[in-house]
Amino acid sequence: MKVFIKNVFKYRYLLEDLTTRDLKVKYRRSLLGILWSVLNPLLMMMVITAVFSSIFKVVENFPIYYLTGSLIFNFFGEATNGALTSILGNSPLIKKVYVPKFIFPLEKTIFAFVNMLFSLLAVIIMFIILRFVPSWTIVFSPFVFLYVLVFSLGVGFFLSAISIFFRDVIHLYSVFLTALMYMTPIIYPESMLESMPAIVSNVIYCNPMYYYVQYFRNVAMYGIVPSLKDNLICIFCALLSLLIGSLVLKKSQNKFILYI
Amino acid sequence: MDKAIIVSNVDMHFNMSKFKIDSIKEYLIKLFKRELMYQDFIALKDISLEIPKGDVFGIVGLNGSGKSTLLKIISGILKPSKGYVKIYGVIAPLIELGAGFDMELTARENIFLNGSVLGFSRQTMKDKFDEIVDFSEMEEFLDVPMKNYSSGMVARIAFAVATITQPDILIVDEILAVGDFRFQQKCEDRINQLMSGGTTVVIVSHSIEQIERLCKHCMWLEHGKIKMIGDKQEVCDAYKNS
Repeated sequence: MKVFIKNVFKYRYLLEDLTTRDLKVKYRRSLLGILWSVLNPLLMMMVITAVFSSIFKVVENFPIYYLTGSLIFNFFGEATNGALTSILGNSPLIKKVYVPKFIFPLEKTIFAFVNMLFSLLAVIIMFIILRFVPSWTIVFSPFVFLYVLVFSLGVGFFLSAISIFFRDVIHLYSVFLTALMYMTPIIYPESMLESMPAIVSNVIYCNPMYYYVQYFRNVAMYGIVPSLKDNLICIFCALLSLLIGSLVLKKSQNKFILYI
Repeated sequence: MDKAIIVSNVDMHFNMSKFKIDSIKEYLIKLFKRELMYQDFIALKDISLEIPKGDVFGIVGLNGSGKSTLLKIISGILKPSKGYVKIYGVIAPLIELGAGFDMELTARENIFLNGSVLGFSRQTMKDKFDEIVDFSEMEEFLDVPMKNYSSGMVARIAFAVATITQPDILIVDEILAVGDFRFQQKCEDRINQLMSGGTTVVIVSHSIEQIERLCKHCMWLEHGKIKMIGDKQEVCDAYKNS
């Protein structure tokens, strides 16, 4: 752990450079550039609202309901999907210079986080357009950002290591992400869980993303102060993920070079 | 004398599984059929050496004799299967050119990126930026994406970045072969200059003349074993006559 922090500090410029490189390359030759990080969720929201708001009439403020959910989930999706191939993608570098391996998944997670902050603008824009006044509890939202950041980082560590030995994971993961998205109430109302068969809702209750999305919605939309239990569940999942992720990465990192 | 590098009883084995397995299906099938046998390939066998501070150490040997593997172990890229390596000081590896360059970015951006890969701070890079550009003689092409560069041009930038600060140990793998003769001369001058400043240099080259010109000591690797080690002249003569 001490080595980890020391290395983060030593390689902070590399992290910074890689992140700006990703931003530059991602929006290279697009007219609107980084604005797409704001526009994309807005456009997506329009499509989803057009399709689903009439189906799920129970949801008040459907655009905001969707946006708050997708903000958290898309961050997780983007961070882990990026981390998944981050070490493989940097194999030319790893083969020639010694760089601590965790830098790469960490960088992808930070990159996704920066992107999420831009997408947060989209949420604020919708607040203004719909004249939605969030309650004061929104000050709790940095907590959930931190929780989901740590959680995604752990999953990212795990995936980046495992994908080196088994490339199947890369193909499987996009399916998994879609499944996970449907297991998280992003489009459909949370109240639907009660009418679902017990087995389905139980699976959903085992999905950590459910708690992060719910947490953020509670503080941003419904003005509910998160309980100690909510916080503990979120922290527990995040730390467990980070622990498993970093252990797997640490144990296997010396063998990476033989497989990439 | 102080040591810069200690390599102690290093073995390096590679699993040369006949077919590369990187999917779960293959893995399970092979596991089931008990075909998960690895063909052990010994790249290095019982290598021990000590390189004193300020030495210029050459490694010669035929293709596949383990030179680059040894350099990668010294730079910490590979972990040896057995034995250990001790490094005293900051190491600047020039294992292959353009490591850590993103060809989509311009040379200017890459210089900073490469600097941070090598662990230099932003401030150092800013201070040394002009010096790097001067040395590489590439100011005209600074804002051109590097994918449009020739290999010699990439080599110039890479060498300039890696040697801009005085590293304690410089690892040079066969890279002086690219670049025109004038730039090669310039690189050699820089190496000489670093040496007089106390940098330890490890060079791999197929050019015996270069080794003879630059090095003090030399090692001859054959099939992953040390065939001969000692004064550069003796080793080079023996190698040439082999």
